[in-house]
Amino acid sequence: MPEPAREIVLTDDGPMLVAGPVEVVLPDGRRVRSDRPVSALCMCRRSRRQPFCDTSHRTKVRTEEDRAQPQRPTSR
Amino acid sequence: MLSRSAPRPVEPPALPEPRGPLSAAVVGGLRRGLEILPPVEGADPYSEDLQLALYCLYELHYRGFAGVPDDREWDPVLLTVRGAAEKVFLDALRSDVEPGGDVDAELESLLVEPVDGRGVSYHLRRDGERWQVREYVAHRSLYHLKEADPQAWVIARLDGAAKAALVTIEHDEYGAGDPDRMHAHLFGEMMRALDLDDSYGAYVDAAPAATLAEVNLMSLCGLHRSLRGALVGQFAAVELTSSPGSDRLVRAMRRLDLSERAVEFYAEHVEADAVHEQLVRRGVIAPLLATEPALAADVVFGIRASGFLADRFGDAVLDSWAAGRPSLRVPLPDAPAGA
Repeated sequence: MPEPAREIVLTDDGPMLVAGPVEVVLPDGRRVRSDRPVSALCMCRRSRRQPFCDTSHRTKVRTEEDRAQPQRPTSR
Repeated sequence: MLSRSAPRPVEPPALPEPRGPLSAAVVGGLRRGLEILPPVEGADPYSEDLQLALYCLYELHYRGFAGVPDDREWDPVLLTVRGAAEKVFLDALRSDVEPGGDVDAELESLLVEPVDGRGVSYHLRRDGERWQVREYVAHRSLYHLKEADPQAWVIARLDGAAKAALVTIEHDEYGAGDPDRMHAHLFGEMMRALDLDDSYGAYVDAAPAATLAEVNLMSLCGLHRSLRGALVGQFAAVELTSSPGSDRLVRAMRRLDLSERAVEFYAEHVEADAVHEQLVRRGVIAPLLATEPALAADVVFGIRASGFLADRFGDAVLDSWAAGRPSLRVPLPDAPAGA
């Protein structure tokens, strides 16, 4: 019986999602482990927590436009 | 996995001090039972009195209170009071929050990141002081010491893919099998590192109505099957906005040279919630709406109500700080004396 293939989800502008614990080998040979049920690996290279996503891929806007949107939680 | 920390005996918190006639009736009723229904109709929905009454009634479903029998949870008179108070709160939210049905647009609006936004985490990152970080954490302890619990109520109300994905996120919140990685545990560690009391309920008397209201929204939506769409919306709003906000708090704490034990909770949330954002959108909301499209309006309501209350909380805290006053009702020892 072949092992079931591991599913890898590519998101359009965000990270790559990999299920199960992963050990990521970085270009310099360091190994970083994640024991999360699902890990999000940075694809945009902007994350400050490589190799994991920190949502830095999100579109940045100026406050004025932002406040114009009603009921947006800003206090978090 | 087994915990490396010594188990602490479960001690329910003391009942809080009432803040008006309704909360006085509820607190008295929790102690001695309630025979006469206190008037609820016409109460100010966001008042200290109503929010504390509701908070105490909900707490029966979580950890209870010292001196209150556990089976008060299903006392029909207290449940009647709770229902009346919930109606006042929910009616106010329904009228203060604009209705909408476009979940995708709503989520997109949460996924843009203001570079110079206004909010507590922005203030803390730029100019926050140590006592303000401590105040913020004390406010947040009302939720984070039971993090993920209000959302766990919705599990039994979901089915199939949406249920599986929500449980995956909850599992991560609960430490993915490691009690020392449970978010509520990490929050307690952070509280101790900041010289705060991490016993459950320690800051209820200190928490103003705006703080209680955010937690009450979660309990309200979690405990009502009819509000399952709103609960998912609330959950999504938190997961989608938490990662950048947590990053600002990490930077605030590093700028203030706070210990790594203090930083760990929000550092964990930067990464965890970057994953949860993806799971909640793709794994929970998409299949939920595919199987129950009629819930779209309630998902939007949950997102907007959560944002509305988060803004009220943030504005109240920032207004207090701008005036040089503590934002807690019972000031911490290192807070300014205030005006």
